[in-house]
Amino acid sequence: MDSIVVRLAGDSGDGMQLMGSQFIASTAQSGEDFATFPDYPAEIRAPVGTTFGVSAYQMNIGADPITTAGDKPDVLVAFNPAALKVNLPLLDDGALLLVNYDSFTARNLSKAGYEEDPCGTGELDSYQVVMVDVGRLNLEAVKPFGLSKSDGGRCKNFWALGLLMWMFDRNLSPIEAWIKAKFANAEVVRNANLAALHSGHAYGETAELTEALPRFDISKAVLPSGEYRGITGAEALSLGLAAAGELADRPLIFCSYPITPASQLLHSLTRLDDLGVGTFQAEDEIAAICAAIGASYGGAIGVTSSSGPGIALKTEAMGLAVNTELPLVIVNSQRGGPSTGLPTKTEQSDLYQAVYGRNADTPIPVIAARSAGDCFETAIEAVRIAVRHMTPVMLLSDGYLSNAAEPWRIPNMDEFEPIAANSAPAPDDSRDTQGMAFERNPATHGRPWITPGMPELMHRLGGIEKDIDTGHISYDPQNHQRMSDMRAAKVASVASFIPNQVMELGPDEGALLIIGWGSTYGPIFQAVQEIRKSHVDVSYTHLRHLFPFAQNLKELVGNFQQVLVPEMNMGQLSTLLRDKLGIEPTPFCKVTGQPFLISELLEKCRSMLPPVVIASGDSVAGGKAQ
Amino acid sequence: MSAALTAKDFATLQEVRWCPGCGDYAILKAVTKTLAEVGAKPAETAFISGIGCAARFPYYVETYGFHGIHGRAPAIATGLKLANPELDVWVVTGDGDSLSIGGNHLVHALRRNVGLKILLFNNEIYGLTKGQYSPTSRIGTRSPSSPGGSIDSPLSPGQLALGAGARFFARAIDTDKAGLCDVLKEAHAFDGTALAEIFQNCIVYNEDVFANFTDRKQAADTQLRLKHGEPMLFGPDSAKGIRFDAEAFSLEVIDAQANQEQVLRHDQTNKVLANLLVELESPVALGVIYKNPAESFEKSWHALNGNGLRRSGKVADALRATNTWTVT
Repeated sequence: MDSIVVRLAGDSGDGMQLMGSQFIASTAQSGEDFATFPDYPAEIRAPVGTTFGVSAYQMNIGADPITTAGDKPDVLVAFNPAALKVNLPLLDDGALLLVNYDSFTARNLSKAGYEEDPCGTGELDSYQVVMVDVGRLNLEAVKPFGLSKSDGGRCKNFWALGLLMWMFDRNLSPIEAWIKAKFANAEVVRNANLAALHSGHAYGETAELTEALPRFDISKAVLPSGEYRGITGAEALSLGLAAAGELADRPLIFCSYPITPASQLLHSLTRLDDLGVGTFQAEDEIAAICAAIGASYGGAIGVTSSSGPGIALKTEAMGLAVNTELPLVIVNSQRGGPSTGLPTKTEQSDLYQAVYGRNADTPIPVIAARSAGDCFETAIEAVRIAVRHMTPVMLLSDGYLSNAAEPWRIPNMDEFEPIAANSAPAPDDSRDTQGMAFERNPATHGRPWITPGMPELMHRLGGIEKDIDTGHISYDPQNHQRMSDMRAAKVASVASFIPNQVMELGPDEGALLIIGWGSTYGPIFQAVQEIRKSHVDVSYTHLRHLFPFAQNLKELVGNFQQVLVPEMNMGQLSTLLRDKLGIEPTPFCKVTGQPFLISELLEKCRSMLPPVVIASGDSVAGGKAQ
Repeated sequence: MSAALTAKDFATLQEVRWCPGCGDYAILKAVTKTLAEVGAKPAETAFISGIGCAARFPYYVETYGFHGIHGRAPAIATGLKLANPELDVWVVTGDGDSLSIGGNHLVHALRRNVGLKILLFNNEIYGLTKGQYSPTSRIGTRSPSSPGGSIDSPLSPGQLALGAGARFFARAIDTDKAGLCDVLKEAHAFDGTALAEIFQNCIVYNEDVFANFTDRKQAADTQLRLKHGEPMLFGPDSAKGIRFDAEAFSLEVIDAQANQEQVLRHDQTNKVLANLLVELESPVALGVIYKNPAESFEKSWHALNGNGLRRSGKVADALRATNTWTVT
């Protein structure tokens, strides 16, 4: 699915048809194909705010040839409760719902037949809901032009259009030109409409709205049986962290500083305080990770979170957590860079930073989530590794995953192993307590988690190198070699505890192996499913464990003639595979801030495969099989 | 119950590595003495530090200790205090560590009123990095990084603290054992962030920088020792006093005998007075300058965060606290 279906719905007087046609005008200019479906109410002058007065305009936009206006909207813009009521049944789970929230008054809700505000009852939980007071914000924007409240209010479709144009990365100039021509003789209206358009666009940018336009839908037919709910990545990650706290039977303290697109996680966790979760909004990124380290030192599970620029600030403290051998989880909701870059756009470009990005030899395990629901298990896995090996762990998510919603099979909590900490030794007067704090488990290199408050186990630790046995400060060169070896061995030992890498699709050997990681799972899965219709020797594997890799990955990769690595960066996993496995994968890179299209993945795969021989004997070079 | 601990019980076996004659030795002695006197429990006490000469302190105290990274000790200590509010958490820091690289964390710990005892060893110089001027160095300080004399205006820890919303600010001199121990005890008893500025003599890079008021021979004339509720008197035979000059809106030294009624009494809860006292250049105000308690951050935080981080719900239920459906 390379196209997206957008439906605009409001009162017949709200200007939906005009807004839709203008959006389409800009789409045509951007070179994408589209089809539209204006859906007027039967009664043009139906009462305002009622369900039978709802007008809609549906558009199917995409790079591939489009033949219909699409059946299920991926994005619904609902201008009032009636528009929501009428159009909600059309949506699939995970759709993006942009709600003009200041129209959700008691009176409008009642006219639409709602007894309660649906935004507060949980019935929209399966969708990504963006609530914006379009009416109020629009009136503010057009205030300088001195229009009456009702005339000013008419500009709100342009305000909403501006916002939509931001979300879809569209150029405003065709609409500006249209407004200028249409209202050539009405200066005030012209300027007010232009101001509304720009204000909506600026709002999207300023509020750093991180849209997660639905990318594709794993066929509903294959959903295994079970109990389901809708969930976003941020919710799944929050619940996963809380679940890890429950499995470890310790409080979880989340320390963070707001940054797009990671803040969702902080918001989401503040609501889980009955699950032993505490949240602390620190004064900066460094304070956030340091407080999380302090919390871990105090016996809680310390977690911090940010996006690339903030992770960079936390780097020194990650080294401290490595050296003090404390558990810590660092969540990175990746975004486009360098520097401030593209705060609302998704990239996978912090893999180098995660694996290599610290001073000195400072290895930490790195794992990544593949989908909204997968964030739950990935969070548990991150805490499990951190506690077992007494190490910081980097968990990579991204802006898309944080916001994306999907139907998710609710896991059975009884099926998760408890998370066991390395217990503190019994106090023993005959031994130096300093050394007792660093008696490491030979299999995991994790030391006992001794915390202040435990009697007769007082010890000192810090960022200075320490003696591998006694735990006292040591500048001895041989000892530093042994400690560096130990730190490397500790992270390498994670591989002994993780499951073997398995194929998502295809056999264990063949012509082409596609390796993915993170949120590109959806489009790659879909593309490989498609290519396998003509090439059964193509396989797909998706990595959760990026550092270290699963122990069998090298062997698995060796069974294929070629390896293709699609990723939303300039080839970082390819580098890592080359470095750690000594293989030469083919990178397939995209950093436009847009997800991979199925079509471009298919094209790339086909270019690497022999042409398909059609039964008649004709061959189609790199062509389509069907 | 075992016998009461002495100062010696709080000393570790570590060889102390400060320069001979460093003011830190005196501070270490005063701290271990105070810990013994207030009946601190070693296992429930933690010393957290950043980087610098002062930051070696945790290695020398037989409690839990964490030697962190430059400037970040208040943040680490805040996390520890949230995880376990029962602990006695001390932060040991210097003027570079807490006022330069870690200025942000100090400011925010103070405004939040986290239950930390912050000991700021101020020697107006960078010691560990070999003598560069620091944020408290006076204008014109000649150092390896300012051979022509520093040009930055120095920062006043007291003014910074009060401006940040500190609820406890005190001052003491490293070698004045009685005065320092009094301040440490007051800080220990304070339920919130207690900042104690300790004038510490760096004998290698900034010797005698505070001699103008720490020299015992002139101490009576140059030090104003504050006691809550008592008149602000100093000088031989307490002959001098401090009064408020309403016209200049400042504090003024007067003849105490001749103007007895005008001598101010110290009110440690008065923030305006505290601001005037920290600015007083001579005599230098020592002791508890400001103390005005309020609920500690960790207490409010624990009330907000699940009634003390207690787990009352189950994740299995939270997973279902929304619309669910069954696929068969």
